Amino acid sequence: MDTAVVVPVNAVEPRASAPAAQRYYRRFAASERVMHAFLMLSFVGCALTGLPLIFSHQAWATVLATLLGGFRGAALIHRVCALVMLTVFITHVSLVVRRAIVTGNWKAMLWGPDSLVPQPQDAIDLWNNVKWFVGRGPKPTFDRWTYWEKFDYWAVFWGMAIIGGSGLLLWFPLFFSKFMPGFMFNVASLVHGEEALLAVGFIFTFHFFNGHLRPEKFPMDTVVFTGRIPEHELQNERGAEYRRYAQSGELSGKLAPAPTRESLIFGWFVGGAALTLGVIAIVLIIYSVLF
Amino acid sequence: MTTLRPRRAVLALGWVFVAFVLAWHPALAAPGGAADTCFMCHAEKDAKGSAGNAINVDRDAFAHSVHGQAQLPCTACHQDVDPQKLPHGAKLKPVNCASCHAQQVKEYSGTVHGKARKGGNAVAANCTDCHGKHDIRHASDPASRTNHANLEATCGKCHGNDAIVQKAHLPGGNIVSQFHDSIHGRALKTAAQSAAPTCTNCHGAHTIRAKDDPDSSTSRARIPETCGTCHKDVKAAFSNSQHGKLRHEGNLAAPGCNDCHSAHRIQQHDAPQFVTGVVEQCGNCHQEYLTTYRDTYHGQVTSLGFAKMATCASCHGSHEILPASNPASKVSAQNRLQTCQQCHAGASANFAKYDPHANRHDRARNPVYFYTASFMDALLIGVFGFFGLHTVFWFWRSLVERRSAARARKDAQRKGS
Repeated sequence: MDTAVVVPVNAVEPRASAPAAQRYYRRFAASERVMHAFLMLSFVGCALTGLPLIFSHQAWATVLATLLGGFRGAALIHRVCALVMLTVFITHVSLVVRRAIVTGNWKAMLWGPDSLVPQPQDAIDLWNNVKWFVGRGPKPTFDRWTYWEKFDYWAVFWGMAIIGGSGLLLWFPLFFSKFMPGFMFNVASLVHGEEALLAVGFIFTFHFFNGHLRPEKFPMDTVVFTGRIPEHELQNERGAEYRRYAQSGELSGKLAPAPTRESLIFGWFVGGAALTLGVIAIVLIIYSVLF
Repeated sequence: MTTLRPRRAVLALGWVFVAFVLAWHPALAAPGGAADTCFMCHAEKDAKGSAGNAINVDRDAFAHSVHGQAQLPCTACHQDVDPQKLPHGAKLKPVNCASCHAQQVKEYSGTVHGKARKGGNAVAANCTDCHGKHDIRHASDPASRTNHANLEATCGKCHGNDAIVQKAHLPGGNIVSQFHDSIHGRALKTAAQSAAPTCTNCHGAHTIRAKDDPDSSTSRARIPETCGTCHKDVKAAFSNSQHGKLRHEGNLAAPGCNDCHSAHRIQQHDAPQFVTGVVEQCGNCHQEYLTTYRDTYHGQVTSLGFAKMATCASCHGSHEILPASNPASKVSAQNRLQTCQQCHAGASANFAKYDPHANRHDRARNPVYFYTASFMDALLIGVFGFFGLHTVFWFWRSLVERRSAARARKDAQRKGS
């Protein structure tokens, strides 16, 4: 439906036999995919071991906590997952800083179409999307990062800082009580739980829907596991990005071979497991909030 | 040579015969000579009365009974039988135990059982239901129904029988099965049997009264005293506690032993179910503190059923609970840190400023906590509200688009074909 594709792409052939429809472009680097996988696993781990506390009055919470090894077992899993997540966080921040220094390209990282920093275009995109939702405009197409993907990123970034920070406070109260009064642990405890509920509620509904479960993607989008986006998706959903690359001549450089069978199976299996656990968690949360 | 005179020989043979019969017939050979006459009819196992009713009396059991041992004649109890006029009438009067045991019967008439009988309840326990009839043994006899070791089974004939409990609406349900698994019930099965309490230790025997009877040993007012007969130290500690003080002032809404420990299900103080369950009991009165406790890690973990975590009693104490304003209280300003240190070894004064009952709705108690909670509420409502609507609209639009795309495809196919 995107008629705005101005640059012919036929000139580039990744594989002689592959028809144009099966062409793929690289969207995520290997390091990003690996970090997403670790983030995902540790997030599900923290969520499953933490939710029983928030809903401790529910029968399912006792069952889940017992399955996870009682409160000591669950606490151990929670801390191991927290360390994994913390490692992902630190690695990510270091990689971002390193890229800014090595490439010297920090301006483009902070502003512009490749940047994750919210900017006026996002407000325009949101407005156009809402117009499309209510049937008052065409389906908008986006650049490399949509506004909801930026929200995802910053929500997780803020969430990891807040949940991670408060979690460390609660993990080592004797140490931190040297610097702060005891009631800060009340605050840490509150923030840790509420922010976690927000994160879990957000990731297991909106992120899942936006990324995977909406009719266009159902049941899941494997791009974050394979790192490769099919050409038609890049053209339709990220038309601005596609045109940008086509105009700058970067397009051919981003061509990638089709995802391997193994990476697809990995994506379907790991992603499917996380999706399933997440949806179960959401069903339990909604049940607990309602009843 | 001596010759036996025929008359004497017949007589001698007669005595030998009598002796032989006496020796051979077990019913007649048993002690209790005075009962002999009765056992001529009542000894046979399948002996029947004129109406075809069984009239057998186990002579051996009677012989070993407390009454048999005392060589009492049957007529001591069955006073309307005249041994000179046998057989006696088909229907005898009920035995009146009071003719000898006047004091006990008088006491019994004031009990819950006695009152129920008087009120026309034909199944409420009377003397024989607990003591038996011809086989009554002294309570000190291990084979006695009223022996310390056997009382659970004796009371359990009614209070441990679901059918009877239901039919007679016995209070507390199947209390004997509850008692059976309690710490007292289990102790009764150990070597410490004689020290462990059974039903009568708390309820009395001929003084069993309903708990709403002020004279009952298990009345709300008297429970601490009753439990205190064994648990002397606990009674003393409780008596000095805030709860004990309130009770002394006549406030019986203040908890007694059974409010936390239950009556018949009493568990060991460190049994996980008791440790986590008793928190809810505290919450019956201290609702706000239960709610705020449940918001903390302590409260969440115990709510999940794991007991190795601070409960109310861990910080406030159990029997000796005092208000925080009392310097002797475990949670007074003077003692609080030490109380935290029970679990958090090395905790500092700063650490002890943690509020185990922080209330997100109470601005005065902790403003930082209150405003953080308000901010988090707004954040959650904002994010879920915005993305909730965003998602609903998106989903709806996607479905609409897919439907119209499918229709367009179909139209194209139709045109093409």
